[in-house]
Amino acid sequence: MKDYELVVGLEVHAELNTESKIFCDCKNAFGLEVNTQVCPVCMGMPGTLPTLNEKVVDYAIKMGHALNCTINNICKQDRKNYFYPDLPKAYQISQADVPLCENGKLEFMVDGEMKTVGITRIHIEEDAGKLLHDESFAGSLVDLNRCGVPLIEIVSEPDIRSSAEAKAYLETIKSILQYIGISDCKMQEGSIRCDVNVSVREKGAKEFGTRSEMKNVNSFSAAVRGIEYEAKRQIEILENGGTVIQETRRWDDPKGMSFPMRSKEDAQDYRYFPEPDLLTIVVDKKKVEELKKQIPELPNAKIKRYVNDYSLAQIDATLIAEDMEKSALFDSCCAMNKCKPKSISNWILSDIAKYTNETGKLISETNLTAEKLTALIEKIEKGVISNSAGKTVFEEIMKNDGDVDKIIEEKGLAQNSDSDFIENLVKEVFANNEKSINDYKNGKTNALGYLVGQCMKASKGKANPGIVKETVTRMLES
Amino acid sequence: MKLYEKTASELSEMLRNKECSAVEICNDVIERIHETEDKVGAYVTVCEESAKENAAAVDKALANGENLHPLAGIPIGIKDNISTKGIKTTCSSRMLENYVPPFNATVMEKVNNAKMTVLGKMNMDEFAMGSSTETSYMHLTRNPHNTECVPGGSSGGSAAAIASGEAVLTLGSDTGGSIRQPAALCGAVGMKPTYGSVSRYGLVAFASSLDQIGPLGKSVKDVAMLQSVICGHDRRDATSKFMEYPDYAAALESNLKGLKIGVPKEYFGEGIDAEVKDSVMKAIKEMESNGAEIKEISLPSTQYAINTYYIIASAEASSNLARFDGVKYGYRAKDYDGLVDMYEKTRSEGFGDEVKRRIMLGTFVLSSGYFDAYYKKAKRVQNRISAEFTDAFKECDIIATPTVPSSAFKIGENIGDPVKMYYNDVCTVTVNIAGLPAISLPCGKDSKNMPMGLQLIGSKFSEQQLLNAAFGYEQICGGFDVLSKSL
Repeated sequence: MKDYELVVGLEVHAELNTESKIFCDCKNAFGLEVNTQVCPVCMGMPGTLPTLNEKVVDYAIKMGHALNCTINNICKQDRKNYFYPDLPKAYQISQADVPLCENGKLEFMVDGEMKTVGITRIHIEEDAGKLLHDESFAGSLVDLNRCGVPLIEIVSEPDIRSSAEAKAYLETIKSILQYIGISDCKMQEGSIRCDVNVSVREKGAKEFGTRSEMKNVNSFSAAVRGIEYEAKRQIEILENGGTVIQETRRWDDPKGMSFPMRSKEDAQDYRYFPEPDLLTIVVDKKKVEELKKQIPELPNAKIKRYVNDYSLAQIDATLIAEDMEKSALFDSCCAMNKCKPKSISNWILSDIAKYTNETGKLISETNLTAEKLTALIEKIEKGVISNSAGKTVFEEIMKNDGDVDKIIEEKGLAQNSDSDFIENLVKEVFANNEKSINDYKNGKTNALGYLVGQCMKASKGKANPGIVKETVTRMLES
Repeated sequence: MKLYEKTASELSEMLRNKECSAVEICNDVIERIHETEDKVGAYVTVCEESAKENAAAVDKALANGENLHPLAGIPIGIKDNISTKGIKTTCSSRMLENYVPPFNATVMEKVNNAKMTVLGKMNMDEFAMGSSTETSYMHLTRNPHNTECVPGGSSGGSAAAIASGEAVLTLGSDTGGSIRQPAALCGAVGMKPTYGSVSRYGLVAFASSLDQIGPLGKSVKDVAMLQSVICGHDRRDATSKFMEYPDYAAALESNLKGLKIGVPKEYFGEGIDAEVKDSVMKAIKEMESNGAEIKEISLPSTQYAINTYYIIASAEASSNLARFDGVKYGYRAKDYDGLVDMYEKTRSEGFGDEVKRRIMLGTFVLSSGYFDAYYKKAKRVQNRISAEFTDAFKECDIIATPTVPSSAFKIGENIGDPVKMYYNDVCTVTVNIAGLPAISLPCGKDSKNMPMGLQLIGSKFSEQQLLNAAFGYEQICGGFDVLSKSL
């Protein structure tokens, strides 16, 4: 078999979380009773007209800035004409030749290496309704609540070379959307969907292979599966001497297969033309700059900062930076400058991550605050409490809340680091364990651990284990 | 003189002087409808009951000394493509034969707020596509001055109602001449306002970038009064212009002194009936002798206007009318096999020939491979036509032309020849292409005793100046004799 290279381009549709829909005053909300979030405008009643919700433009421009795009502060909207029962006007208002944002790029880490993917364009458009099928009724019913929900479509260049890169790209896009606060990114509600363009070519070839476009990809893991399936399918065709045809395919995730929808010859002619009911979009250049200032520090910059300033491992930095809550907690704790960033990172990625995973809660929904976490870590680092006592304090905070100092006091978790106390403790243990002392002196070094353990036991766990070990060693050697 | 024969401004005066009541006015016009509607066929729907209720409410309010709008209690007919909450809005199409809008067009809110008496909905060419009202799915509308002739179109019902006395005022819509052409053929006054001065919200769209609602009436003052009611910025229409709109009727002034009238030679050439040319030129000369200055001007791209218009209007129409698919409202075919068959049968059965012709034309010019050669080129010509008008208005204040090349033609005469029918709009489409305001005024009758129209065109948002010029001409004529004598 020849050596093949995979070429992928992605089109991500993200629903924006504006209060109201893109062209009318209806609420932009998910999961409400069918056909209740509708008005004559979004239902496409005769004579109604769209008026643009300017928030949608602002949100899209922010995404454009986040993806390093050129912002076309003068652009237009166009009609994409096609018949389907979930599209009441029989055209979708979108943007054709002049998108709001174009020529950007996104950098992200894959397997420890920096990858750059070009962003062709970002444009604004309206979502369609939903067809409902059920055994309890004949035919199809249509729910128009989603009509007019604002979307941005983010189109990438065909720069992606593996399913892992595709996944990392999608996850980065998702975390950016969350960071700038323009989308709820709820995959299960379909607030991010993507179309996947896949082709393969022999390694080293200059020309792209013929691509297929896969629709109906509703999760990132489905995108990975779809890409891998499609690459395999195309390679098999080529290996058997066939040619890949340009077509649109439908991804069936439960079956793990893609099926042909329509070939290039059957491609729809959408007859785009400028939307006459809406004016040219003109955004003041000052406004464009103002929106740029509203972009917070994004995951990539955070990763770099965590690695360079705090010496976190790449993987830890990425795991924290990609999650807005984790990075917010991490940044707040670091800002207090009271404990080691590495300790904070460890706590966030182990105990806290475990807790949120198990309970399904957001960090913000728990009793934990940056102040409490910092206080807790500080107590451990200063030797006031042991690591295991720290876990007890953490559990207590999550369960019943409370002040770190108080919990330590109430539960009697403080360690004793007093050298006289520990020396007496060691003397007492030595007196009862002559055999072990002799073992140690005869070269059985594991006797040290036993003796330390006995000291800890005698102190009922309250002696500072570091100092105990140090004292035991010193007294054995003397 | 019967009440229905009077102008809106006269009736308004009489109401305030208690010389008549709103109920009397309403009843008189309804009686006139009963008398002549069989011959004219101006209405698709007559709302007698609600009209009488409104009239009674106006009388009560006046008796209570309430300060009402000058047009309160004045009977008005509404073109049937303007959405009226709870009243059928058919667009004279089988597709919307039983469609009742759940909301009012913005202009209807304004008309209702002024407490005008809404008489009903006026017949029209199907979806406003036509120049004779013959493409209506409902019935024919006849020209009150000669019932063998068409009333023009597409606002044929609106114009015929004015000329027959079946309404005191009406609203029409004008995409390529649909207010001015029937106004001219029926001898009424009709104005197409500047694009953006009247909200299109609730007007069932034909060609969104060209459509504009406007008033028809018996006099310039009546039209000015109604324009003041309907104009204004509307946040529901993104193309509506945010600005101060004057009270046109209050500021009406007939002085023509110093008014520079441009006369474009392209509008007096081949295809324009000699009698029309003569009467329009006579009208211009009369304005000159009353102080206006005449300037010969040139608008050379006029020759491309019809082609440009039919490409842009049909392109937009093909998209605007796509929503009539049988899924949500309106007509749905009875027997079909699956979704695509339902679409095809519904649209084949629900639309008439002229509508289908324009949908096909529009679909073609937007198709990939043809878009640049047709739609894009038409948009470029549109810019050129607009620029020529802008240049012309550097030399003159208003432009005077015929409204229509000839007087009303016989019913059935042109219906088999679409291109000939389209050329009826040759003098009016340029105004829509450039988004300008224009008014059609009666300028005498021809040898067949049928009315002819003088069109005055203004620069954007110059309605006041335009109405003043029209008022000046009306004064020269000693008022217009709009009502048909032959019904």
